[in-house]
Amino acid sequence: MGTIWVFAEASGGKVASISLELLTRARELADTVEAVVGTDGEPLAAELGAHGATVVHATGDLGDGLAGPAVASAIAAALEGGAAPDAVLFGTTYDGRDVAGRLSVKLGAPVITNIVELEQANGSLVGTEPVFGGTVNVSTRFSGSGAGLFLVRPKSFAAEESGGAPAAVSALPVPDLGATGAARVVDRFAEESSGPKLDEAGVVVSGGRGLGEAGKYSMIEDLARLLRGAAGASRAIVDAGWVPYSHQVGQTGKVVKPDVYVACGISGATQHMVGMKGSKNIIAINKDAEAPIFGIADLGVVGDVHKVLPKLIEALQARS
Amino acid sequence: MVGDLCAMDIVVCVKQIPDPADPGELDPETNTLKRDMKLIMDESDSYGVEMALQLRDAAGEGEVTLVSMAPHEEVNGLRSALAMGADKAILVSDEALAGTDALGTARVLAAAIGRAQADLILAATESSDGYTGTVPEQVAELLELPSVTFAKEIQAEGGEVVVKRQTEAGYDEVRCPMPAVVSVTAGVVEPRYPSFKGIMAAKSKPMDQVGIGDLGIGADQVGWAGGGQQITDVSPAPEREAGEIITDEGDAHERIIALLEELRIV
Repeated sequence: MGTIWVFAEASGGKVASISLELLTRARELADTVEAVVGTDGEPLAAELGAHGATVVHATGDLGDGLAGPAVASAIAAALEGGAAPDAVLFGTTYDGRDVAGRLSVKLGAPVITNIVELEQANGSLVGTEPVFGGTVNVSTRFSGSGAGLFLVRPKSFAAEESGGAPAAVSALPVPDLGATGAARVVDRFAEESSGPKLDEAGVVVSGGRGLGEAGKYSMIEDLARLLRGAAGASRAIVDAGWVPYSHQVGQTGKVVKPDVYVACGISGATQHMVGMKGSKNIIAINKDAEAPIFGIADLGVVGDVHKVLPKLIEALQARS
Repeated sequence: MVGDLCAMDIVVCVKQIPDPADPGELDPETNTLKRDMKLIMDESDSYGVEMALQLRDAAGEGEVTLVSMAPHEEVNGLRSALAMGADKAILVSDEALAGTDALGTARVLAAAIGRAQADLILAATESSDGYTGTVPEQVAELLELPSVTFAKEIQAEGGEVVVKRQTEAGYDEVRCPMPAVVSVTAGVVEPRYPSFKGIMAAKSKPMDQVGIGDLGIGADQVGWAGGGQQITDVSPAPEREAGEIITDEGDAHERIIALLEELRIV
């Protein structure tokens, strides 16, 4: 395969892990890998290059504009101007989905979404998407002409350095966006979070409906802290407003693959299991012996979280 | 903003999906999701409906119009949203729509929304069955409108929406002039349950059923054929095996700690 472009995201001068994962996979599939960023390229060129990008197409600072319309228009203009990547890869992130969705309309081409595996077959890129809670894999290729657009789930690939030289920075001008560019970011808030990030933690402790009430989620946070891990949640308790969306693990939340996943009071709806079944070890605590989560747990405890968790927390506190 | 008395017309995109409690199935002919069973309103859409009702009521005037697409004239899910308090619905129903992908769906929704003259278009961030998560942004692009995705809070303030948009680090406060498309996360508001009165009233609310021809869309632009993608393989995923199951007799925490020690976590 000739060339793959990767939409790379960054914050605080560091490239996001999902973007490094995509670059790593892309260089295994294509002769040439180039990055696209919705910010200045210079500060990121070394890290992008070290992961396989030879060129970084940079829009420059977008100021208070959102990435979606700006980056999509810039890529579409570049393609119209003669650039011809075989595929453009995006992470399934807030901005990744925005850019891919806008670009899809501009190119009149579909986005192949929720991809966890990318392979080359008969000269075209094939993406694999798990459906029905990860019990069935569907592989899809783009059948039109031009660039295929793929939205890839985080943690699908390992990020590895290639030892490449810093990527050459190339300007990617943003055309006039008209009304589509009218949204402005007026303020940015970082939420207080202690401990590791949910999708990067070695240990994730998640709570579900079985906790019974919002106040009991503190047990999940306590246990996560004691294990130097992150606290997650099932969609049920996020929808119920017990914890913010940023804690959600599952198809519609974060995909996590920690060394140890502890599911507390989570029955194991398929939408949740898709987000955590890649964990190396799974411990599940649930009252219902028939809960689907026990079907994938390495250690399943049929018991009441309100009895097991306090004892577990107390025992771990006594050790620390 | 409450007290901002300026009529607000809002469109909410509503998807009708198979009951998630029933396991889904792929059509062996097309490898797309089968949707010939009774459909219900996607729970993810109840947040957008509720948000729309609250914004309409805060504005004091305006209409909430539901827009949905279904291959076989399904209205069950729309009735649920009308029962919550939405004013009317547009259902695009056409046999040609079976197997339509996200971009085709966005084309149909955008064309239907174009008939409604909305100040604000709300949608869920993604559906609970297909979960591509690209439709709201595709609709915005097709309508040439600005958009804010992943809203966890929305207020209307003199011709603009002020949105708290979820980010990796926390959230951004985004101001966007209307008309605009906003996608909402679960938890943006607490959806109400339809009252008995609401359920009765829903039966007589206007339900405009149109075909794709009425929207000026050709059959070649929708359906699986209009998609520009090809499924190359469908296969069962490798199963993860169950391990040891114990019943708590008051000492299960010790077994958990023993495993954590074995894994060198503690």
